[in-house]
Amino acid sequence: MEPVKQIRSKTVVLAIDDIDTDQIIPARFLTTTTKTGLGKNLFTDWRYNADGTLRKDFILNAPQASGAAILVAGNNFGCGSSREHAPWALLDFGISAVISTEIADIFRNNSLKNGLVPVIVGKDDHRWLVEHPGVEVTIDLETTTLAFPGGRRVQFPIDRFARYCLMQGLDQLGFLLEHETAITQFEQRRA
Amino acid sequence: MSKAMAAKSLFERVWDAHIVSAESAETPAIIYVDLHLIHEVTSPQAFAELRARGLRVRRPDLCLATLDHSTPTVPVRSLKELEIVSEPAAAKQVIQMEKNCSEFGIELRSFSSSERGIVHVIGPELGATQPGKTIVCGDSHTSTHGAFGALAFGIGTTEVGHVLATQCLLQRKPKTLSVNLNGSLPAGVTAKDIILKIIGTIGVAGGTGYVIEYRGSTVSWLSMEERMTICNMSIEAGARAGMIGPDDETYEYMARRPLAPQGQAWDRALAAWRKLPTDADAAFDKTVSIDVSRLKPMVTFGTNPGMVIPIDEQVPSGDDPAYRKALAYMQVEAGKPLAGKDVDVVFIGSCTNGRLSDLRQAAQLLKGRRVAARVRLLVVPGSQQVKRDAEAEGIDAIVRAAGGEWREPGCSMCIAMNGDSVGRGKLAVSTSNRNFEGRQGSGARTILASPLTAAAAAVTGRVTDPRELMS
Repeated sequence: MEPVKQIRSKTVVLAIDDIDTDQIIPARFLTTTTKTGLGKNLFTDWRYNADGTLRKDFILNAPQASGAAILVAGNNFGCGSSREHAPWALLDFGISAVISTEIADIFRNNSLKNGLVPVIVGKDDHRWLVEHPGVEVTIDLETTTLAFPGGRRVQFPIDRFARYCLMQGLDQLGFLLEHETAITQFEQRRA
Repeated sequence: MSKAMAAKSLFERVWDAHIVSAESAETPAIIYVDLHLIHEVTSPQAFAELRARGLRVRRPDLCLATLDHSTPTVPVRSLKELEIVSEPAAAKQVIQMEKNCSEFGIELRSFSSSERGIVHVIGPELGATQPGKTIVCGDSHTSTHGAFGALAFGIGTTEVGHVLATQCLLQRKPKTLSVNLNGSLPAGVTAKDIILKIIGTIGVAGGTGYVIEYRGSTVSWLSMEERMTICNMSIEAGARAGMIGPDDETYEYMARRPLAPQGQAWDRALAAWRKLPTDADAAFDKTVSIDVSRLKPMVTFGTNPGMVIPIDEQVPSGDDPAYRKALAYMQVEAGKPLAGKDVDVVFIGSCTNGRLSDLRQAAQLLKGRRVAARVRLLVVPGSQQVKRDAEAEGIDAIVRAAGGEWREPGCSMCIAMNGDSVGRGKLAVSTSNRNFEGRQGSGARTILASPLTAAAAAVTGRVTDPRELMS
C-alpha cells in the first residue's frame, strides 16, 4: 500500500443519505476473484442507463467531477454488506477519501485497510460542503484535519493505529504476524 | 471486588475471553477467532494474498467453508454441470474456491455435500455455532450466529486474510446497546416483524459502533430460528453484531448436532455456557425498549430496511430529496397504503428466513391455495438439511401444487448474483434482508416482509395482511 499523508483535491458531492454498498458496487459484479478493474462499475445503476450509455444527469459523469478525489456523500455512507469491493471500486475510480456525517463500521474498516480515507465531520461543516460542490479542500493525516478554502481547519476522528498504518503505507497483517508467540500462547492456555 | 467491576454483559464476557493482546491508545486489541466461516465471494483475494506472501492457513480446523452466494439454485452435481448452468464468472469463482480450499487444507461443503447451504444456516445446523465463541465471516449477516450467545460479525476480505493467516483480528472494543423486547407476539406476527420494527425505530445507522444485545421476556419465548432472524438483521440497523443470552432453548437446539461437543465435553461446555448471560446489574451504553404485544405485520416501502410501516398503515410523507427519490424508485405514493399493491415476484428464503420454521409458515398459507396468475413464487431452502426436512414434511409438494418453484439451497434472489433475479421494474415481496435499489437485480423493487406476509402476497397477487388469510 502506498503511504497516504495528505489529500488535496476538489470535491464531488453526492448528497444522498444512506448510500449502501449495493449502490457503490452491485452484487452482480462480485463474481470477480481479483481486486482490480471495479471502478468502471462504481455506482453502476446510477451512472449508466439500461442500454449502457452514461447518464448525463449523474454528477460523477459531469465534466466538473473529473479529477475530484474527494467524495462528499450524504449522511451515513457505506451501510449494508461487508464487501471490500466497495472501497476497491472507489479507489479504482480515483476517489481517495469520503466525507460524511457518519460512515458504516465495516465499510470504514475496509477503507482504512486499502488507503481510502473516511472523514467524519459535524452537521454544519457537512452542510457547507454539500452546498459548495467542487471546492478545494485538504485532508491532512499528520494533523487529522480537514482544511476548508480560506484556511479554516476542523479535526476529524481516526483510529491512531489505522492512521499510522496509512501514513507509513503498512498493512496490518505484518503487525499481526509479529504476535505469533502471543497467539500460540493464547491457544495453549485454552487447550 | 466492587459491584461495578463484577457486573458484566454477555458481550463483555465473550470479548474479554478472546483478548490475545489488550487494546491501547496506540493499537487495537488482538482478538482470537474461534470459527471462521468462508464462502466463495469474499475469500478469493484473501487466499491470493496468502499465496503471494507464502503463508499457510493457521487453523484450517477452525474454518467452515461452503458455496452459497454465486451458486445456482437448479440442481448441480458436478463442476462440469456448473459450467453449463452458471455465468462464466460465477462458475470460475466457485472453481477457484474448490482450488483454494483444497490447496490450503480446508474442508469444503461443496455441491456433492449433504451439508452445503447458506453459511449462516449451516453453522448453527451443524452445531459449529456455539455460545461464547467469536465467529467471523466475510459477510455482514454473520450477526445471525449471535442468537446463540456468540460474538459474531462480518469482516472485509483483507480481514479474511488476517484470520486465515493468524486466526486473529485487530479490533477496537465496540459500545453496547440493549434492545429490550417485552410482551407476547400476536398471532400472524413474527420475529421478522420484530426486527423490522426495531430497525424502523432506531434507524439504519442507529446501531453503528454498537453490539446489540436483545433481551426481555419476548426473547426468552422465541425459538432459536426466530432468534436467528432477529440477530441476522442487526447489521441493517448498523450494528455489526447482535447477541442473545444462551438459555435452555439454546442448549436443546444444539444438543447432539454433529459439530457440537458430545458426552463429557458437552457437560463441561454446558457448565461454561451457563455462566455467559449478562449480569442483572451490567451497564449498557444505550438502551431501547419496545413492546411487541400490539405489533402488526411489517412491510418496507422504501429503499432501506428502516423505511418500514405496519401493513395497515399508509406510506408516510417526507420532504427531503433522498426520501422522494426512494418513493419514486419504489413507485409508491406518500399517504397511500402499500396493502393492495400488485406484486410480480415472491421470494421465500435467505439467511434471514430460509429455515424450516419459515418454510412451514409459508406452507401453512400456501396449502390448498394457488399462486396468483401473474406472480412468480420462488422458494429456496437455506440448506440441503432444511430442504430434506421440508421435503419429509411435504412442504415441497405444497409449494409445487400451489404453482411455486422449489429450488436448491443458496442465497439466490436475496443478492441476485447467481442468475436468480426479480427483473427490472418488477415488484417483489421478499423474506430477505435488504431492499436497497437493485439488490434483487438491476431495477428490481423490493418489499421486505415475513414468510407469512410473503406467502399471502403470492396467493392474492397483492401486498396482503396475512392475518386475513389465517383462520
